[in-house]
Amino acid sequence: MSAGAFRTATGGRIDRTHTLRFTFDGRPLQGCAGDTLASALLANGRHLVGRSFKYHRPRGIVTSGSEEPNALVTVVRDGGRTTPNLRATQVELYDGLTAISQNRWPSLTRDLGAINDKLSLMFPAGFYYKTFMGPRFLPENWAWTKVFEPAIRRAAGLGRAPTSADPDRYASRYAHCDVLVAGAGPAGLAAALAAAEAGARVIVADEQSEMGGSLLSASRGAINGVPTAQCAADALAQLAGHARVRLLPRTTVFGYFAQNMAGLAERISDHDPSPDPEGPRERLWQVRARHVVIATGAIERPLVFSNNDRPGIMLAGAALTYLNRYGVTPGQRAVIAGSHDGIYAAALDLAGVGVEVAAVLDTRADPQSAAMAAALDAGLPIRTGTCIVGSRGHLRVSEIMIGAPMADGSIRDAGRIPCDCLLMSGGWTPSVHLFSQSRGKLRFDAAAGVFLPGVSAQSETSAGACGGASGLAAVIESGAAAGRTAAQACGFGLGRARAYRVEGILEATEATGHVNAPRLPQGMAKAFVDFQNDVTSRDLELAAREGFRSIEHIKRYTTTGMATDQGKTSNMNALALVSGTLNTTVPDVGLTTFRQPYTPVTFGTLAGMARGDLFDPIRRTSIDGWAQGKGAAFEDVGTWKRAWYFPRAKEDMHAAVARECRTVRAAVGVFDASTLGKIEVVGPDAAEFLERMYVNAFKALKPGRCRYGILLNEAGFVIDDGVIARLAQDRFHVTTTTGGAASVLNMMEDYLQTEWPDLQVWLTSTTEQWAVIAVQGPRARDVIAPLVDGADVGGEALPHMSVCEAKVAGVPARLFRVSFTGELGFEINVPVGAGRSVWEAVAARVEDAGGCAYGTEAMHVLRAEKGYIIVGQETDGTVIPEDLGLGWAIGKSKADFVGRRSLVRPDMIRTDRKQLVGLLTRGRDVLLDDGAQVTSVAAPAKGTAALGHVTSSYHSSVLGKSIALALVRGGRGLMGQRLHVPMPKGAVEVEVVSPVFYDPKGEKLNG
Amino acid sequence: MLLIHCPYCAMERPEIEFRHAGEAHVARAPDPSQLDDETWAEFLYFRSNPKGVHAERWRHVHGCGRFFNALRDTVSDRLLVTYKAGEVRPELPPQEHSR
Repeated sequence: MSAGAFRTATGGRIDRTHTLRFTFDGRPLQGCAGDTLASALLANGRHLVGRSFKYHRPRGIVTSGSEEPNALVTVVRDGGRTTPNLRATQVELYDGLTAISQNRWPSLTRDLGAINDKLSLMFPAGFYYKTFMGPRFLPENWAWTKVFEPAIRRAAGLGRAPTSADPDRYASRYAHCDVLVAGAGPAGLAAALAAAEAGARVIVADEQSEMGGSLLSASRGAINGVPTAQCAADALAQLAGHARVRLLPRTTVFGYFAQNMAGLAERISDHDPSPDPEGPRERLWQVRARHVVIATGAIERPLVFSNNDRPGIMLAGAALTYLNRYGVTPGQRAVIAGSHDGIYAAALDLAGVGVEVAAVLDTRADPQSAAMAAALDAGLPIRTGTCIVGSRGHLRVSEIMIGAPMADGSIRDAGRIPCDCLLMSGGWTPSVHLFSQSRGKLRFDAAAGVFLPGVSAQSETSAGACGGASGLAAVIESGAAAGRTAAQACGFGLGRARAYRVEGILEATEATGHVNAPRLPQGMAKAFVDFQNDVTSRDLELAAREGFRSIEHIKRYTTTGMATDQGKTSNMNALALVSGTLNTTVPDVGLTTFRQPYTPVTFGTLAGMARGDLFDPIRRTSIDGWAQGKGAAFEDVGTWKRAWYFPRAKEDMHAAVARECRTVRAAVGVFDASTLGKIEVVGPDAAEFLERMYVNAFKALKPGRCRYGILLNEAGFVIDDGVIARLAQDRFHVTTTTGGAASVLNMMEDYLQTEWPDLQVWLTSTTEQWAVIAVQGPRARDVIAPLVDGADVGGEALPHMSVCEAKVAGVPARLFRVSFTGELGFEINVPVGAGRSVWEAVAARVEDAGGCAYGTEAMHVLRAEKGYIIVGQETDGTVIPEDLGLGWAIGKSKADFVGRRSLVRPDMIRTDRKQLVGLLTRGRDVLLDDGAQVTSVAAPAKGTAALGHVTSSYHSSVLGKSIALALVRGGRGLMGQRLHVPMPKGAVEVEVVSPVFYDPKGEKLNG
Repeated sequence: MLLIHCPYCAMERPEIEFRHAGEAHVARAPDPSQLDDETWAEFLYFRSNPKGVHAERWRHVHGCGRFFNALRDTVSDRLLVTYKAGEVRPELPPQEHSR
């Protein structure tokens, strides 16, 4: 059982005795253990695996690695475990694997979207920018958003994302090492061995399931007398024996970041037929390496000719890999073509297993090489000075047309060759992606026609083919040298150099080979440069004709190199074509930036555990459990969960909030204010420091008294507020808004450390140390008095805006007499550990007094009834204290405070600034929208500036009407006047009133 | 992710422990009321934004909590040197920031 008609009888690294069943588009097929999905499909004679992005052309497998542009498939395990856009060349086969092709309907062989191929004249380069303009009588962008974009989105594209949540787990690790080796081919293995033997801690990462790279694909040759594949196994065994070496197969070094930080994506379970449900699927490694050896090899380039994208046309190097590593032949009758010696090795190996070699076509006129000589000796039909001009076939190549380039630049027809596969090689492009990501400067090697690493920006070395080494001996040599250099850079001795003797290799003497810039016959033919984005040579020529000169612009105009493969196989061909069209050199056209990630990385890997409940920390107060027990609804305030309202049987939010508000005004309410930011400001200069920070005067504040503090930024705008209590001559208890706690402390530290380092002040965040229980309402004193021990809570001993220390319910407390409701109020601060028990004691008495617990929504309504502002609601970073009617808070005799200078700028002293006012609607139940604009007439002409906007709007059950706060231009001068608030259902007429709706004289504060 | 040397902790720590805090050496006048509007606006809003070496402030917010200064090359994103708040901006050898 060889699992496939195109499987060789022997050879390769697959296990022919271990058959694996899988399906492709529902069709049952068989492969072998060790196969990739791509090699298994090819073994079954399947080249056609997908449809192209734009023209829906039939496409086959082109490569054998992560650079694959065509063979994108969806692998289905179950609902949430459906992964689209996987490269079949990297999907390891397992028993029961289910794969489906993408971007076709109704089926891969009969795809209606292929009509696009016939209509291709409609889709030239930049068609986005040229077409899809709607008739002028329709609104701007209508045609695009309503017609064209949805149609294009349906027709074009890649696989579909699953609709259910990803059920898998993703892990994340940090690691440090001396030497990180990216790529475990011959250069990487030699480097890792040299570095490890010098004593360095080494991490070796390779994107494939099996390490060894090109050593696993070679059919001949030996290193120190040992066959290449065995050499790889020996090197890996030695590395595994070093305690300081970590080998990470199936791990892509996808990003090279600052200061030798590398991002690695490890695929842990995708190859496993029944993965451990508790284990992670993938792991993100963030590795800080002292030195990085980049050994990422080179990528073979396709040839550019008409219809070069038919299934059955593949890279010669890929064919060698399928043959020698997977025991798969690409067809029965092959044409091998290119401008590089690799074609002879491929031809010899294929002929060796009985594949008919119809022709070996070398575009070079007179290639002198050992490889060619060997092919001639074997009697292979070689034609030099010959190029391919086209191909035929529908779902598979059936024939290729060849031509002979003439001296005058024309191409003479040289006949046709029937075949079922074409193996091509336009030379090899060094994989300089990671080097470029490290911000190293590339240089263009004109002789080889490729970009190579030039000036390093970080501590790294490029080894092997990606560094320009050519031929196995040179590749290994440069790897070993890089490993020694790396170890030395980390402070280790040079150690003994290993000797590598390479024999029997039949390979390119010239690693790269010039790009074969094609001359195409006129007509409709498509010669693809970027397979994945369907960009043809004509698109690039058109862009050049239309005046684009820089590759950065051409790339964006034509989308060449912008697909998920980032142009790994296409960029050099595109550069060669453009430079040829513009009659300039490749470096003059420039090179686009290589960006992370090298290959696509799942969001799961990047997110790791930071999802769902672990996405952001959730902060809960010590009283949270009590509120949950009472069935409170919660709202998010920053990262805090705050009790929003406490619905009773059958109450909706509106009813619950209305009841809570009425209860506070009529009797008493208890409120969890623990989330307020709290900063302890201590030291001999504490008062001086607060005077400089806040607008208020603090030096005159007596211990035991509180003041409402307003904090500005230097531009004069209100950024925070809160009650500040002086506990002692040198000690203040500062409160901030819930959301401002961290930023206010940061700002205070900034001024203290850098502007006034001479002040003796210490700042400590105490937000999480105090539970704060607000008791508000006419019966507040009755409720708390029996619980307080050691202090007089009477109105004379503890007047409004004062503080004392006492025991409350047996717990040492800071007891504030403050109010954010306009009622008689206390805020009990107790150590957070006692928060719940004190709350329960207080809440029980509140209940007995006919009161209730209230949430943040009632708190908002109650404060709005009093015209108390909330920073961030009544303010937006452009509001000064005077705008809010809070000018009284400013310490007028103070020489300086943060923001003071800005308050006398000409714009700040204008009388027509937006000012805080109240708005009443004529209909008592009409609720204005938060943020709605305020205008002078009901239907202002287009372009009229608004007078202001609604900042807060609530229904007040206590007042029996809706109320709103607003910032209105010159608002305090408009009292009693009628303005308008345009709303979706028409403008609402409003009357401008004082922002204090309830108890304007403030008598209730005194109980 | 950058590694940043905290001059107070005297250690190199990863960037996630720090927070950037704007341009360095923008001193607040001892008595801003003496400044005319233009000079004050300069202090409030105008920053140098150089291509090349930039003196900037960082805070070791998840470490010692101290604000300090750094010279960073905005082209290479390299931190060339860090120094304590209040210290004068150090002179760099000319080749330090050429790359």
